[in-house]
Amino acid sequence: MLKALAARIHQGHRTVGFPKDRPSLPDRFRGLPVLQEDKCAAGCAACEQSCPTNAITRHEGSLRLDMGRCLFCTECTQACSTGAVSLSPDYRLSASRRDDLVLTREPFALARALQEKSLRLFGHSLKLRQVSAGGCNACEADLNVLTTVVYDIGRFGIQFVASPRHADGIVVTGPVTTNMRLALEKTYAAVPAPKLVIAVGACAISGGPYAGHPEAHDGADSIVPVDLYIPGCPPHPITILDGLLRILNRLDGAP
Amino acid sequence: MPSTAQPLSMCPGETAAFADVPLVGTEQFRRSVIAAVRRGARLVALFGQPLTRDATLSPLDALRPSRVKGQPVASDRLHLYATTADPAAGTISVLATSVADTYQALTPDCPAAHWFERELAETWGIRPEGHPWLKPIRFCAPRRGAAGSQIQPGVTPYFQVRGSEIHEVAVGPVHAGIIEPGHFRFQCHGEHVFHLEISLGYQHRGVERALVGGPDKRTIHYMETLAGDTSVGQAIAYCEGLESLAGCRVPPRALAIRGIALELERLANHTGDLGALANDVGYLPTASFCGRLRGDFLNMTASICGSRFGRGLVRPGGVGFDLDPPRVLELLRRLEAARRDVEIAVDLLWKTPSVLGRFEHTGTISTEDCRELGLVGVVARACGLERDVRHEFPTGFFRFVQIPVSTAHAGDVFARAYVRWLEIQRSLAFVHEQLRALPQGPVRVEMNALAPNAIAVSLTEGWRGEICHVAVTDDAGRFAGYKIVDPSFHNWFGLAMALRDQQISDFPLCNKSFNLSYCGHDL
Repeated sequence: MLKALAARIHQGHRTVGFPKDRPSLPDRFRGLPVLQEDKCAAGCAACEQSCPTNAITRHEGSLRLDMGRCLFCTECTQACSTGAVSLSPDYRLSASRRDDLVLTREPFALARALQEKSLRLFGHSLKLRQVSAGGCNACEADLNVLTTVVYDIGRFGIQFVASPRHADGIVVTGPVTTNMRLALEKTYAAVPAPKLVIAVGACAISGGPYAGHPEAHDGADSIVPVDLYIPGCPPHPITILDGLLRILNRLDGAP
Repeated sequence: MPSTAQPLSMCPGETAAFADVPLVGTEQFRRSVIAAVRRGARLVALFGQPLTRDATLSPLDALRPSRVKGQPVASDRLHLYATTADPAAGTISVLATSVADTYQALTPDCPAAHWFERELAETWGIRPEGHPWLKPIRFCAPRRGAAGSQIQPGVTPYFQVRGSEIHEVAVGPVHAGIIEPGHFRFQCHGEHVFHLEISLGYQHRGVERALVGGPDKRTIHYMETLAGDTSVGQAIAYCEGLESLAGCRVPPRALAIRGIALELERLANHTGDLGALANDVGYLPTASFCGRLRGDFLNMTASICGSRFGRGLVRPGGVGFDLDPPRVLELLRRLEAARRDVEIAVDLLWKTPSVLGRFEHTGTISTEDCRELGLVGVVARACGLERDVRHEFPTGFFRFVQIPVSTAHAGDVFARAYVRWLEIQRSLAFVHEQLRALPQGPVRVEMNALAPNAIAVSLTEGWRGEICHVAVTDDAGRFAGYKIVDPSFHNWFGLAMALRDQQISDFPLCNKSFNLSYCGHDL
């Protein structure tokens, strides 16, 4: 008992200050892509050709990058000789609409807070059921980590629950395999309305590396309506937390 | 045409001409594989390849028609390849046979083949006669013959126990926690479990099918997401095979960084597992400390490459990120802090009688069952078997630096936890040592084209256990076939065995002590 207490004192307080404090991310963190097409060399399509998921395309002469497909893998930034494509340290990547994830020269439209009625219902207590539908366990692991002392999502009233009957929404990971489709539909149906669907990771948004596979469905929104998209492969826990707090309008005072 | 009956023998990291794989009669194939396993070799892969290979033609001729037509030939014959690894000799052997619709199953004489033969039957539509429990393992569409109607996942007969007070408990595919999907069927009498049957396949994404014709720009991303918590281990297994096929020599500095990343992956997962085991017996201090410490190890990987899971780090020809001196110093500082904290957090487990009371004699597997079933990794080492690829078939940096094999003997949850703790200490020492003495030089070299009509087998000791990749190229140097065996493929049946005569309430604890991958199995 005394040993446990001594260990507790030694381990100290470990919860991050986010959202009040700026999160501490590694210097090589790969966040929001930045497109500077004025830097593009004439006729160059190196980025487009290098992308494993066709996330980056040149459309009528302008660059488009679909963050829903992007694996944040640096193939394009390495292929680009002029720095027209780069990955910034910005961890804020969530969007409310699928189309908003397609970056162009317009500023990126971050996810908006839920409408007033939903906010009244979920703003201070959001219970979520997680469904892995072909996820590789990386998105799942970084969702799980939100429940550790480091992120402690319980302090925001967010909790992952054991039954869809107890849930206000589901968090989907994976491209939705054929073999998980029915289970996902049933889990969604079991959640009482009104309900939210959150798609976490490139697979759940677009199929990720498994896009186009006949064994999967190219993401959650082919099966259930999605309210929040959190891109990444996998998204950093802070990116996920930022997305959740954003729709709950709980980011007041964030840096 | 190969006439020898001896299997093709290779060293780890070697490439051989595909034509040198001897094609023998089915009975000889059976006898040879069974004898090798009885002599102490491990069946690391048993897979099919749909080639029309006439006895009068060389194997190379057989590959050609498939390439011309752009897809595998709907041949009436299938070739089976058995890959065995002999730890005594440190060599890998490959042998082939040709089968039509049925063949005599290996499983009755070689139980380690049982899951492979179920996979063969499901994937290629052949029947291993005499297999005791021939059911699908993934519920996927067959890759040969007429496309039959796909069976709904989990909808098959299950082994049943009957009696007036016997009941059946069904769990999954969607579980209570944030974990991947799988279906578990328990045959119980009260709390007592007579039998557990595990039905998987929910995560099947068609990876092996999609790899044929590669490598292409998606290939490495398939590898990094085969089992996301083993991104580094799987990527190393892939790259080592590819580099062997390309005759490419990876610079020592890259090998050292790969070794560091592999051991950081082991540290993160083993630490997380010890925390989760503590959680499953209701011992919250270690659960809470290790939950944080696991993240500290992931963040060390992120400080190398930006990704907590090591995405983008291991690349064909070397690594994608180098370590500058300030980064090395910072890693050493963090490693030392984590070492202290993890020692204190884990030590509590061994000093708490209520924890030991729940760990000991729970979920025991006998050494004999472990050997017969061909279990690997932490699970096998916890049964006293010295199965560790880093020691038996060293490649990469493990050719220069040996990590002692950590074993325990009880085969229970305690032994699996304790082996993790021993490995945490050894991985910490390894990472520390490598960071202090990183070789100089480049971290990546250009890749050459892959050798045509060749076969390469790579083995890597991921944190769960032995990862085996077998790449076979066609005459253009593209993948004619690619076999992936995640350690979970061997070990899921071990979990079912561990549950026999246990309390059903101990399932979460037993399950966590294995912590197997669903997606790595389902592919």
